[in-house]
Amino acid sequence: MPKIKLPTKSPRIDMTPMVDTFAVILIFLLLTSQMRSPEPANVDMPFSISETPIPDVNSMTFLISNDSKVYFNVDNGPDTTLKFRRKILEEMGKAYNIEFTDKELTLFEKYPSPIGLPIQNMKDFLNANSAERKNMETGIPIDSADNQLSMWILYARQVNPNVRATIKGDSETEIPAVQKVLNILQEKNVNRFNLVTSLEAVKINLDEIQK
Amino acid sequence: MAEIIQAEKGGKGGKKRAKKLLPHMDMTPMVDLMMLLITFFMLTTSLSKSKVMEMILPPKLKDPNAEPPKIIASRTLNILLGPENKIYWYTGGVSPDEYNNLPPVRETDYSAEGIRALLLERNRALFRKINDFEQQVLEGKIKIPRDSVQSAISKLKTDDDTGPIVLIKAYKKANYGNFVDILDEMNICGIARYTIMDIAFYENTMVEKAAGITPSTASTN
Repeated sequence: MPKIKLPTKSPRIDMTPMVDTFAVILIFLLLTSQMRSPEPANVDMPFSISETPIPDVNSMTFLISNDSKVYFNVDNGPDTTLKFRRKILEEMGKAYNIEFTDKELTLFEKYPSPIGLPIQNMKDFLNANSAERKNMETGIPIDSADNQLSMWILYARQVNPNVRATIKGDSETEIPAVQKVLNILQEKNVNRFNLVTSLEAVKINLDEIQK
Repeated sequence: MAEIIQAEKGGKGGKKRAKKLLPHMDMTPMVDLMMLLITFFMLTTSLSKSKVMEMILPPKLKDPNAEPPKIIASRTLNILLGPENKIYWYTGGVSPDEYNNLPPVRETDYSAEGIRALLLERNRALFRKINDFEQQVLEGKIKIPRDSVQSAISKLKTDDDTGPIVLIKAYKKANYGNFVDILDEMNICGIARYTIMDIAFYENTMVEKAAGITPSTASTN
């Protein structure tokens, strides 16, 4: 009886379907996601049932961390066409007698995160590297003696009148810190706010409650 | 990655024929690359956008002599956001001669059985109206364009005159999460009229008394 010879073939897996799947996933991710901009403080957002997505343009964001520091951002990251960020910093510089060079303005324009430091340190901050920057963010001064946040709001609204206020707070922040920011905004006649939240599904059953 | 390529054995020693081989491409490096890219994108991007909840505050009265708007005390529901995720509430107002004898507050929490049940109980008429309306829209009994549903609901809310007028006041030890939670409850329960106010000094005392905090540090906000 002749021996049965098994054909010796290299164990080769056809990778093509795998490549196809990966390509689909990759394209899906590319299309549906946007880059996450790094945040200076970790913010744990509260939940709500609201389903309105956060606006990308015409917004100024106030980030309130749980140690009551306030950070400010315009348009969620770097802007390109309208150059609001550059103009706002220029105006701020004028108000506080600080001259920003073109390079510094460009750096600020490209800076992707909220900023939270006194304007006096802004020059050093922009010229520092990212490791040094981390220690420099002490929050924007909001005391009545040196209310820089109110100046930021003033110039943000002057440069872009359509700007809307968005508040992003950590759920552990104590309420007085938030109220202070709200009061400063109200002094500047801003009465509409967007509160950033994460989505939470809630269902209420009317019959159940009536029992 | 190494791969053993074995020469295929030719025919039975006869004429050597050029074997038709499919152009086989090795996809492994491509797979590796794609895996890397996918991992990179998964880590650096956020898939879902955050949501926002709109809040409108009444403008501050600039003129000190201007009268604040008057509301009916019987419809008023005062919600005091207390420390440690507790809510204290009382109805009606407190007149100046009651300052030494403050009305008691009731305690509740942020759960569905707590504040939501309380609000729904008081807002039942309006809530049912909104619910019925939405149901009828879903069943197609009311033909209305999709985007005017919201404005129709807000019309129902404006016309309502039985639901509570909720005044939300936050004690200084409450946190922002509580604040958003209570606004969220307002939306869930379809409360037509609510506003956020600064806490009054007597309400501070009421919260402190109910929560058992020594009022040494009590001060008006």
